[in-house]
Amino acid sequence: MKKIVVLAKQVPDTTNITGETMKEDGTVNRAALPAIFNPEDLNALEMALSIKDRTGAEVTVISMGPPKAVEILKHSLYMGADFVYLISDRKFAGADTLATSYVLAEAIKYLGDFDLVLAGRQAIDGDTAQVGPQVADKLGINIISYIKKLVDIDENRITVERDGDFQSEVIRSSFPLLLTVTNDANIPRYPNALKMLRYFRSDLQFNISEENTDQFKENRWVIPTLSINDLKLDPAKCGLSGSPTKVHKIKSIVLKGGDLKIFENNKGGVMELVKEIIKDYAEVN
Amino acid sequence: MKTLIFIEKNPLSGLLRDVSVELSAKAFQLMEPYNGEVVGIFTGDKLPENTDILFSYGMDRLIHYNNSSLSNFYSVAYKNILEKMILKEDPDFVLFGATNMGREVAPLISSSLQTGLTADCTQLYIDDFKNNGKILYQVRPAFGGNILATIVSPDQRPAMSTVREGVMRLPEKQNKKKEKIESFDIVPEDLWFKDEFLEILKKEKKVNLNKSNIIIAGGAGVGSKENFKLLFDLAEALGAEVGGSRAAVDSGFIDKSRQIGQTGAVVRPKLYISFGISGSIQHRAGMEESGKIIAVNTDVNAPIFDISHFGIVEDMKVVIPVMIRYLKEDING
Ligand SMILES: Cc1cc2nc3c(=O)[nH]c(=O)nc-3n(C[C@H](O)[C@H](O)[C@H](O)COP(=O)(O)OP(=O)(O)OC[C@H]3O[C@@H](n4cnc5c(N)ncnc54)[C@H](O)[C@@H]3O)c2cc1C
Ligand SMILES: Nc1ncnc2c1ncn2[C@@H]1O[C@H](COP(=O)(O)O)[C@@H](O)[C@H]1O
Repeated sequence: MKKIVVLAKQVPDTTNITGETMKEDGTVNRAALPAIFNPEDLNALEMALSIKDRTGAEVTVISMGPPKAVEILKHSLYMGADFVYLISDRKFAGADTLATSYVLAEAIKYLGDFDLVLAGRQAIDGDTAQVGPQVADKLGINIISYIKKLVDIDENRITVERDGDFQSEVIRSSFPLLLTVTNDANIPRYPNALKMLRYFRSDLQFNISEENTDQFKENRWVIPTLSINDLKLDPAKCGLSGSPTKVHKIKSIVLKGGDLKIFENNKGGVMELVKEIIKDYAEVN
Repeated sequence: MKTLIFIEKNPLSGLLRDVSVELSAKAFQLMEPYNGEVVGIFTGDKLPENTDILFSYGMDRLIHYNNSSLSNFYSVAYKNILEKMILKEDPDFVLFGATNMGREVAPLISSSLQTGLTADCTQLYIDDFKNNGKILYQVRPAFGGNILATIVSPDQRPAMSTVREGVMRLPEKQNKKKEKIESFDIVPEDLWFKDEFLEILKKEKKVNLNKSNIIIAGGAGVGSKENFKLLFDLAEALGAEVGGSRAAVDSGFIDKSRQIGQTGAVVRPKLYISFGISGSIQHRAGMEESGKIIAVNTDVNAPIFDISHFGIVEDMKVVIPVMIRYLKEDING
């Protein structure tokens, strides 16, 4: 067990959607939403760091996204990641999960040997839970999803608990392997103050070539950014053109008003309400 | 036209999972106007005991890939089997339950076949699309449930979707077809077993909210686990089941299996009585098709009132004991 790659995404905080975030025409005003570290990717990173604490493994975090996503990569450094890479290119825009997984899988291959890839179970902007398995398929490695517990790890094998719908399973597998991690698995650690001081001013570095990648590895003041050209990707497989699924239309959810009857907030009101319930009760029982 | 369905079994009961039946009925409804075929595929060592239900909802054929070692869920092995089968059958559409199993195996297949996959669809229909002929339109909530997106994958075959349990309604009418089961033995060498299953841990029995006519639901406004006892008392008096919002689950008031909404159970009881639930879009996604909705909330502006039939603006701690008292008086004569 030497090298771990963590997949992390910056997402709009859909848990804090307010009236202001919805535009008049019913679409979402992304700019009005704070961007956060996808919650379950923090669990994936925490699992990687806890393995690093035990075994000394090296932890690399990669994220595909716009330059702003550097924020979560810096956060990863503060938490204890060894290396971080931003995978960024205008041509990645509009990627569905298939196009995303192509880019991430190619980036992982570009970065060289690895033993373990950790992803979050799902990203809260889409809740699809597809990118992890799709990356595993493209790398041709084993996958176990819905990991709620890291049970054991040694040189050659890892043992985890997988959360099923009816039962959970304790599974052991050899490397290489991809796991998708749920929020039951651990509590992500806080950023480390010393590391924050050290990496606070780190910033993106573009035009990374194969020759100078190693040089950037040594100097963590810069966060290497890899583009379509750097990774030698097929543009037809990236972004919108590489995405079989297309958004045909979107519609904001319209609230249908009921014919509401409010009862008085006193004993009489409750009694009337109970009478109504009894009527229904008689019907359904 | 042809639709393929990934059939799953409840390992505890040995019976079909509800979502498999719901998808079969939905597929029949999609295929009927085009005289299309509905084909199920089950991968495992033993068929569910009640496969006849699938045929009574219009399935044409069920294909069983059989191997004793497939009793455990080896996702990559499952993928290899399904992929071969999809290439052979050449379906237009493939539907999976959005179960832990379906959500692992479907993306593996979509990746290796390079085809579109849409997660957690809430509506599916077939219609024309430009020059591509008939395609599948897949509607799903997006952006935390604040918008509904219609997704299409017009250029690749097959189009694949996952659907959560309880989302597709079973029709009243059944369409009995002749049972036709084709069994194939699998050569284990074709598979790819990397996992060792060391132990299977039982989970607490899942509550099945879908089976109840009346649901009492509580939210963050209930305030504590102790206060939730009031809801359980009321439920007992009415023969109801207790559910709640995600905020109630996250606060530890009730178990996750009782969560109602976009990321919990989808329920349609005849009567839904909520206490201390604000009525977020995500919560409503799981309950707004209930027959009658009653809300008790201290805030007259809570959005839950927009979809309720009856309401009281009051503290639930005050309301429930009075309700229980009147109920008992009334029910007992
Ligand atoms: C991707 C995503 C998926 C989600 N999935 C779900 C889901 O499946 N299900 C779900 O429920 N939520 C889901 N949510 C969360 C959802 O957005 C809301 O945060 C949640 O539903 C709020 O729960 P609540 O109504 O209990 O709490 P709150 O919104 O905090 O409302 C509490 C209500 O209680 C009232 N109240 C307070 N005290 C009392 C009292 N003493 N008596 C009576 N009333 C009182 C208040 O006036 C208030 O209206 C999801 C969110 C996201 C982003
Ligand atoms: N753009 C991305 N960059 C890095 N990792 C990603 C990206 N998109 C998805 N992932 C990973 O895949 C997981 C599942 O994403 P999703 O399929 O979108 O729900 C996430 O939790 C991340 O670990």
